[in-house]
Amino acid sequence: MAVDADGAVAAAPGSADLDGQAGSRVEAVQLLTPEGERLEHPDYPLDLTADEVKALYRDLVLVRRIDTEAIALQRQGELGIWASLLGQEAAQVGSGRALGPRDMAFPTYREHGVAWCRGVDPLKLFELFRGVSHGGWDPAEHNFHLYTIVIGAQALHATGYAMGIQRDGLVGEDGEAVIAYFGDGASSEGDVNEAFIWASVFNAPVVFFCQNNQWAISEPLERQSRIPLYHRAEGFGFPGIRVDGNDVFACLAVTRKAMQAAREGQGPTLIEAYTYRMGAHTTTDDPTRYRLAGELEAWKLKDPVERVKAYLVRTGAADAAFFDAIDAEAAEVGRTVRNGCLSMPDPEPTAMFENIYAEPNALVQAEREQFAAYLDSFADQEVAR
Amino acid sequence: MTVLTLSKAINEGLRKSLEADPKVLIMGEDVGKLGGVFRVTDGLQKDFGEARVVDTPLAESGIVGTAIGLALRGYRPVCEIQFDGFVFPAFDQIVSQLAKQRLRSLGHITMPVVIRVPFGGGIGAVEHHSESPEAYFAHTPGLRVVACSGPEDAYWMIQQSIASDDPVIFFEPKRRYWDKAEVDTTAALGEALPLTSARTVTEGSDVTVLTYGPMVRTCVEAAVAAREDGRALEVIDLRSLAPLDTETIVASVRRTGRCVVVHEAPVTGGLGAEIAARVTQECFYQLEAPVLRVGGYSVPYPPSRIEEHYLPDLDRVLDAVDHTFAF
Repeated sequence: MAVDADGAVAAAPGSADLDGQAGSRVEAVQLLTPEGERLEHPDYPLDLTADEVKALYRDLVLVRRIDTEAIALQRQGELGIWASLLGQEAAQVGSGRALGPRDMAFPTYREHGVAWCRGVDPLKLFELFRGVSHGGWDPAEHNFHLYTIVIGAQALHATGYAMGIQRDGLVGEDGEAVIAYFGDGASSEGDVNEAFIWASVFNAPVVFFCQNNQWAISEPLERQSRIPLYHRAEGFGFPGIRVDGNDVFACLAVTRKAMQAAREGQGPTLIEAYTYRMGAHTTTDDPTRYRLAGELEAWKLKDPVERVKAYLVRTGAADAAFFDAIDAEAAEVGRTVRNGCLSMPDPEPTAMFENIYAEPNALVQAEREQFAAYLDSFADQEVAR
Repeated sequence: MTVLTLSKAINEGLRKSLEADPKVLIMGEDVGKLGGVFRVTDGLQKDFGEARVVDTPLAESGIVGTAIGLALRGYRPVCEIQFDGFVFPAFDQIVSQLAKQRLRSLGHITMPVVIRVPFGGGIGAVEHHSESPEAYFAHTPGLRVVACSGPEDAYWMIQQSIASDDPVIFFEPKRRYWDKAEVDTTAALGEALPLTSARTVTEGSDVTVLTYGPMVRTCVEAAVAAREDGRALEVIDLRSLAPLDTETIVASVRRTGRCVVVHEAPVTGGLGAEIAARVTQECFYQLEAPVLRVGGYSVPYPPSRIEEHYLPDLDRVLDAVDHTFAF
């Protein structure tokens, strides 16, 4: 994909000008327009059956429904906080569905759509945001690591894991690869840049998937970079590519190709998924303080879910009964996660002393016993009441 | 029995671990061809290859962060931080990631990562090459922190640390790297003193002197000098700084009634403060004097031409011992 620094290149087949403003062209791989029109790209052929497209649509709708329910639960005091993925469903579902079962994913705290694709129960995510645990799922069971909240730290974990794959001799035919998720803000972190260097010099089988959602809380992309983020890869010595992050087809195709290259031993790729955080940074944030409503309205026209629906309607692949069924399933998923959240028990107070060390630890054990005795000292009073 | 320097003892311990478990890796700056700036990893890359003894890019957060990823994949990385003052770029990866992976996963993850840090002063170095940052890590739940003081312990403790399923910050007293002692390398790992145990180095009934790392030798020399004054110092090498072997500490102080803690790190907020609090709580009725601390002053590590005035030495230890008898 040939783009100059200004992006002032006419759109090639399968490429799109995402901003649509003169002088600020943002060219990216696009296989499905916001209107639901299918495009072909010479480097990213994608052959999906109608059922496969419907499955992607179902993923998009359900993860948005889970997200909507989580926001509501936070507003009702049932979750302490929630980091909404609204607007980023295609980037997450497209990349998540590009992974093989043996590939490993390292998420930030917003990758609910990827978690869905990896089979993590949404209630495990709610545990974290409700304050019941700090995550708690088994990363090896889902090949999906725990959410990492310190920005960018997981990029190094992903790279180290990829170095482990190399040492296991699992690069090449039937190989495995790793995907590291992070955002535009994280691209400024030292850890992300160090991960680029490690992955590059060791040719590690890792794909860096940057969801550029334009905002790092209140700071726009311009505060992180004066060049397109995917251009940074060149300086580190590996390919970078930008994809329409609201196009689930393009995200799927581009991630598939990069993962396959990594598995085969061609080393890392940086994918910049150009998307938009349609909601607040988290439920504690107020975007009206730093961005204009018109921006959100423009991005609503590029909605990642609606364009797949338009495609299904346009091609006649799905009828009203299909959409009704998905909506009904979404409502049911919403009820399930809501009920699951409301009935989620708090951990025992002594749980804080568990799982700190693998081996017996005298200090933790002693403090646990002191604390348990302290709690027990109230037992008589409770009975008296 | 073989006579080894402390650095060679760690080298031999690393070699044993590399031989025993193919998942053990060594990674750090200059650890390969050069064998480390202190030659602690000398010859290991030649014998175990570049995949297992890895010369990394020059970024400490990257070393620890990728070690975490390797551990998630089933490896047991041993990271070398070249000097104490360079551990701070890796601080987030150590305290927020390495120490917390297990809790975050509710016990699904183990993190068998060792981070070797040459620490302490007395070698005439420039800034950042003489520091004692152990308290930062001892303060962090989820980490184990140990310090070796001589060749015999170094040989066994590095192997025990690598065998541990928990992350271990392994402090090496850099000015004692060239100290020599006999090491029985034919013994079995399981017979060594447990990594959680302190070691009583000299027995005595008058004052308990608690120390670790480079100050152990200083305190043993002080004990020899004190004997001439008719005072018997019980020098205990703590070895494990987190968790502390409070049983050994408390048993000794209850017998002697006096306690001096010695380390190179600044005393404010240091290990000595923690130990003094615990000893006071557990030995209150046996104490004849307050627990005294001998350590660095609450100033940044000074330029090397005056470091001898900053570092505790035999005279400062004996001065503190005298003070415990003045109460």
